[in-house]
Amino acid sequence: MNTEILGVLAIFLFTLVLAWPLGRYIAKTYSGERTWTDPIFGPIERLFFRLSGIDPKQEMTWVEHLKALLTINFVWFLATMFVLMNMAWLPFNPDGNPSMSPDLAFNTSISFVVNCNLQHYSGESGLSYLGQIWLMFLQFVSAATGMATAAVLFNALKTRTPLPLQGPGEGPGVGGNNFYNYFLKSCTRILLPLSILVAILMMFNGSPMTFEGKDTVVGLQGDTVQVSRGPVAAFVAIKHLGTNGGGFFGANSAHPLENPSYLTALLQLFAQLIIPVAMVFAFGFYLRRRKLALMIFGVMTIGFLMLAIPNIVFEMNGNPAISAMGVDQSLGAMEGKEIRFGAAMSAYWSILTTVISTGSVNAMHDSTMPLSGMNQLLGMMVNGFYGGCGVGILNFFIYLIIAVFIAGLMVGRTPEFLGKKVEAREVKIAMITALLSPLLIMGGTAISAWMMVQDPSLPWLNNPGFHGFSEMLYEMTSANANNGSGFEGLGDNNPFWNISTGILLLLGRFVPIIGPIAIGGLLASKKYIPEGAGTLKTDTGTFGVMIFCVIAIITALSYFPALALGPIAEYFSIG
Amino acid sequence: MKSHILPAIKLTCCCLLLLAVFYPLAIFGIGKAAAPNAGKGEVLEANGRVLGYTRIGQNFSNDRYFWSRPSAAGYNAAGSAGSNKGPSNPDYLATVQARLDTFLVHNPDVRANQVPSELVTASGSGLDPHLSPQGALIQVARIAKVRNLPIKDLELLVAQKTEPPLLGLFGTAQINVLELNLALDNLK
Repeated sequence: MNTEILGVLAIFLFTLVLAWPLGRYIAKTYSGERTWTDPIFGPIERLFFRLSGIDPKQEMTWVEHLKALLTINFVWFLATMFVLMNMAWLPFNPDGNPSMSPDLAFNTSISFVVNCNLQHYSGESGLSYLGQIWLMFLQFVSAATGMATAAVLFNALKTRTPLPLQGPGEGPGVGGNNFYNYFLKSCTRILLPLSILVAILMMFNGSPMTFEGKDTVVGLQGDTVQVSRGPVAAFVAIKHLGTNGGGFFGANSAHPLENPSYLTALLQLFAQLIIPVAMVFAFGFYLRRRKLALMIFGVMTIGFLMLAIPNIVFEMNGNPAISAMGVDQSLGAMEGKEIRFGAAMSAYWSILTTVISTGSVNAMHDSTMPLSGMNQLLGMMVNGFYGGCGVGILNFFIYLIIAVFIAGLMVGRTPEFLGKKVEAREVKIAMITALLSPLLIMGGTAISAWMMVQDPSLPWLNNPGFHGFSEMLYEMTSANANNGSGFEGLGDNNPFWNISTGILLLLGRFVPIIGPIAIGGLLASKKYIPEGAGTLKTDTGTFGVMIFCVIAIITALSYFPALALGPIAEYFSIG
Repeated sequence: MKSHILPAIKLTCCCLLLLAVFYPLAIFGIGKAAAPNAGKGEVLEANGRVLGYTRIGQNFSNDRYFWSRPSAAGYNAAGSAGSNKGPSNPDYLATVQARLDTFLVHNPDVRANQVPSELVTASGSGLDPHLSPQGALIQVARIAKVRNLPIKDLELLVAQKTEPPLLGLFGTAQINVLELNLALDNLK
């Protein structure tokens, strides 16, 4: 078999195998069972809680969870605005890079607080090392926020004795159903140890870790060039483990110092997939419903492969327009790709990074084949085939509730999920959450396309025709999905794009967090009905097909017209 | 909300100490002690002069050297960028055709269907340090003529400098252009 395909296959299977034990460990961590990391991190956590005046054992209702979450996120947003707008005079700025303009700082702050990396700047010239380290901090805490919300949902679904909606609840866990507890444990026990491991491996394989500024060298042919450096290794580790994806350098993981070799690329592919898959398994271990988790995992994997396999084929076949010139395309479509990764891995990466909300790239998506671009868009539009760190399972939960409702109607029974009745209120919340994405993406793209028509001299598009439309569609989709990858030809560092995508980022993050937590809270307040012969089984293959159809129908109905105007039209134009 | 503000600020400060101070400093310390070039990035030296960073590609456009790939960043690693040209963009396709024509003029023994796509397309970072083995081999005839060296020696050099796929199983074969050209200068 082709060595490029073999490499992709090997890292995919390797990651899935290791996600199983990690899922078990994550479930134990959130349920408060003893793990081998207790003696290491327990004292640190207790110290932090004492210093912060937080009692991690205090049980929270779903409203309290959301209050705590939104408050701490708002604190991070304000602090980040301050750092980004004052980098020029703050320390750790050896290259003398400037502070950000208010609109760019607004976009960047929101982007990293919501665990996205819609970077309308280049790291080499747009950030000081203090700015980089600050964003690295956000890569930890925003990922931990997502994971903590997933833990809140797990706990709500496990509850059998009805919880009151107001006042202190009494969760079933022994670990304390408390947002701060889940949040800090996600940082200390999951993200930090894995990051240290990955960062060290990155560093010994060529990524720099220095606080010295640019170096100037005279090359072999006599050209004088500068080389940007920085504390890259530590940054890249959490960038992938937390599925943030923000690049240290402008070219993200295509940059030779951010991703020096095929081996480091495998490591980064592993790092971005491991936690999203492990969270699905953790769901099964936590609820003691492994079969349900495996069904969810199966649907996600089939969806992922249906996007990834065609992309590998398209990219390995190369650009037909270049084949027409007679060039040998046995390496595939190499525009925007690096030799050390090759076409197959770059295609695989482009789908992995879009179905998960990572948004890091090792090849430029703007230059991929038209239908590859469509599959990348679809990955972000669904946003639940694995999905981001913690939030992936929340997004999938919304589809699951809709599927339970429709299946219940089809068989003529009251829909139930895990022994709780799913009623009008929950389904309404799920529908609003699911339909907000198409509204924001289509609305945003329509406004930007209208502005282009009003003033065609706007310096936005890097490509004419259908592909130019795709650039705008991609940016809006990426913002709403909190993905962060881009058709980077788009000239997006201006007030329109900074502010519009900033708003999409906010709504695209917090609505899909609030929705599932509210549904979970409402379900937890209901009486538990033991499963009987008449209960709709949700852990079967049949129900998996049902969920898949729900996802496919919602996505196709919402987005097909836009996709037809962009990538599909471009595909037919180059034959 | 109010009761959460102070705990949020305090917990943020604690996390900053752990995640933004301890973590990067620990990695930095390990790198300083043990990583290649103390974590400052691997460099390639010859005759006591730093010729460049091993991982960062350099521009080679002289006929005496193996050419590197086209770059949207001009191989200046103060920045990094791909072209972000779409596959159907007519201006872009004209650029590719022009690159192909230029290459064929400089390498009269080569036919278009021997030119691998990487030599007429820009890389993702604009700093790609590598070529595929074929991308190097089709330049051998030109360099042999300019340098007056036997073709056999150059083909051997390319073979020596070719890094096979990882463990011979995974990924692509590749050649670091800077290392190859440095070895070429030392070939007598």
